[in-house]
Amino acid sequence: MNERESRGRSLTGARIVWECLLRENVDVVFGYPGGCLLPIYDVMEEYPIHHVLVRHEQGAAHMADGYARASGKVGVAFATSGPGATNLTTGIANAMLDSVPVVFITGQVASHLIGSDAFQETDVTGITLPITKHNRLVMRAEDIAPALREAFAIARHGRPGPVLVDICKDAQQKEAIFEWRDVPDYPSLRPRPGVSTADLERAADLIRSAERPVILAGHGVIKSGATRALVAFAERTGTPVASTLLGLGGFPASHPLSLGMMGMHGEAYVNQAIQNADLLLAFGMRFDDRVTGNLKSYAPRARKVHVEIDAAEIGKNVAVDVALVGDLRVVLEALSPLVSEKRHVEWLRRIDAGRADTKGRDILHQEDDGNLYAAHVLHDLWEATKGEAIVVTDVGQHQMWEAQYYAHETPRSLITSGGLGTMGFALPAAIGAKFARPEAEVWVVVGDGGFQMTQAELATIQQEGIAINIAIINNGFLGMVRQWQEFFYEKRYAQTPMLSPDFVKLADAYGMTAHRVTRRRDVIPVVRAARKSGAAVLIDFRVVQEEAVFPMVPAGAALDAMIRRPVLQDEEAVA
Amino acid sequence: MRHTLVARVFDEPGVLNRVASLFRRRAFNIESLTVGQSEAKDYSRMTVVVDTARVPARLVEESLRKLVPVAEVRDVTDLPTVDRDLALIRVRCVPADRAEVAQLADIFRGRIVDVAPESVIVEVTGDGAKVDGLVDLLRPRGILEMVRTGKVAMLRGVTPAA
Ligand SMILES: Cc1ncc(C[n+]2csc(CCOP(=O)(O)OP(=O)(O)O)c2C)c(N)n1
Repeated sequence: MNERESRGRSLTGARIVWECLLRENVDVVFGYPGGCLLPIYDVMEEYPIHHVLVRHEQGAAHMADGYARASGKVGVAFATSGPGATNLTTGIANAMLDSVPVVFITGQVASHLIGSDAFQETDVTGITLPITKHNRLVMRAEDIAPALREAFAIARHGRPGPVLVDICKDAQQKEAIFEWRDVPDYPSLRPRPGVSTADLERAADLIRSAERPVILAGHGVIKSGATRALVAFAERTGTPVASTLLGLGGFPASHPLSLGMMGMHGEAYVNQAIQNADLLLAFGMRFDDRVTGNLKSYAPRARKVHVEIDAAEIGKNVAVDVALVGDLRVVLEALSPLVSEKRHVEWLRRIDAGRADTKGRDILHQEDDGNLYAAHVLHDLWEATKGEAIVVTDVGQHQMWEAQYYAHETPRSLITSGGLGTMGFALPAAIGAKFARPEAEVWVVVGDGGFQMTQAELATIQQEGIAINIAIINNGFLGMVRQWQEFFYEKRYAQTPMLSPDFVKLADAYGMTAHRVTRRRDVIPVVRAARKSGAAVLIDFRVVQEEAVFPMVPAGAALDAMIRRPVLQDEEAVA
Repeated sequence: MRHTLVARVFDEPGVLNRVASLFRRRAFNIESLTVGQSEAKDYSRMTVVVDTARVPARLVEESLRKLVPVAEVRDVTDLPTVDRDLALIRVRCVPADRAEVAQLADIFRGRIVDVAPESVIVEVTGDGAKVDGLVDLLRPRGILEMVRTGKVAMLRGVTPAA
């Protein structure tokens, strides 16, 4: 149905939903049907939007999230009332904490039943109130179009995030005139005033006088599309760039000014540089406790400039000297002309000295002793994919090894659950990413624990016939928790050893090709074969069981109080 | 320290819930929150008094501003305002003491609005300190029940508030 035909005509609420999605340029939705969504599903075939049938609504939420992260567009997920909607909640919270624009559409019982504890009635707007940017219960067909229009606008605006629209079944069935009007003028959705010249000047002054500056690049770099502006700014001012986990890919890893990841599992020299800095330029990041360590001892000598789109983040965790509230790319483009060309030779040399020490401790320099180390798998995966894949990671040790050993050169090439740290995220999120960028090579990197949380989505992959490669970093443990038990609970491994099915046979049951790898020399050939296969492939990497991610800043400790890997060999030998 | 924020919010279902949820979730400490009609049909008006010992008032303000139905927020703490709090106080009072209680109330521009054999209800309106003053004076007689609305505030002068 084209636009001219449908506008101004009387349509059922269900059709209005699809008309709205078409107008928001939605090409795929991830969902699962149920009684209170039936009217919407019933007319689905009339519209050119693909629906992916998931195996659990959490999967739908993560797929929509992965889709949004990979594409920069708004993801869409459907679930029915009651259990369907409650199954979404983990995924909604995940999108909220990582500021991912997703519109969730849930079915609700008929409007006259609201509040009666009807079959499969739950207070979905109540449950999701603290984990959405906004949500709304829609009880009338004529309110559907304005609610959806508003939902997309809110999801995208400023700091993006999830929005939920809960639509009563009778509103889907009844007819209303379909209108596509502008979103009401909410003051909270107006563009913010630009940053003041005075503030820009103050920031530029600090930058001009700094001798030991570090840029802290966060997720905002990627969200605002500020990579080019950041590279230009860093080069102009000669400032090294450390990234948060979610910022990886926002600044090319191979750039000489790239330091790599900061924080709990950041390299020691990166955290040390932050602690020694006299100026921190925080770009689109929020000083999460995982990157600052103990706030009392955080970067004690540094002045701080915070560029951030969300004014409520300014001063939340760390007091700053200059706050520039706005879109990072816009602010950087305004700031760049005010700062002069600069080089920090001595400062960079000092940071580099720390790098040499790190090399001596790096597991990469461990000889092949017949064991398969997870870090080696990630490094070899990077090599075999030439660093060009979209890697979607789960949560745990493998996530940190990926961040350390898979160098990301481009934005949106790493998709991971940062803020919520949601196990089970990777597999469904990768499906979403593949739909967003079908031409891209997508790798799931997941632990044996997290994989089992959402492995049901293997069937979704097969039903959709999509080619995603899955690397299970199988250590037989809930590895990251085991590591905490090793370091902080005297190795009492309570409930972290974990029995898993034979993943190769499991894949086989889904009709998916699978391999098991137990030796390092097989990693690259098996990865290469998977890349060539053109279909989904699962690889069960049987890695050393009791390995720890180094370095590690214990929770609550100062950023430079790191537990480090013992020096492997003579430093001279590896330098 | 206490800060007073005045907000204009769209009058839609759940808006009070959103504000309350925000305060709970962020562990902002509310001293009082009032909500009621405003001059415009589609808007309600809130006055929130927050204890800012733990979180700066600016953060509370910016967090409120992020809520979609919140149209405007203004911190009026350091601005000249008319502040009002209304209290109804049921105080123990035998008939012989009524005149004295009425006199006390009168000093605070309050009055007795209901009489029972053993008690009276005193109504008083004023800024918080004034209401506190009367409450303190009545306490020794035995306060049986009390309700206070919490603060509402409006800027003095010609500037339309918030
Ligand atoms: C849904 C959920 N439950 C629990 C946790 C706590 N947790 C964090 S890491 C981890 C272990 C992950 O084990 P695995 O998936 O095998 O990955 P590994 O750390 O071994 O690489 C657990 C249980 C979590 N992050 N998410």
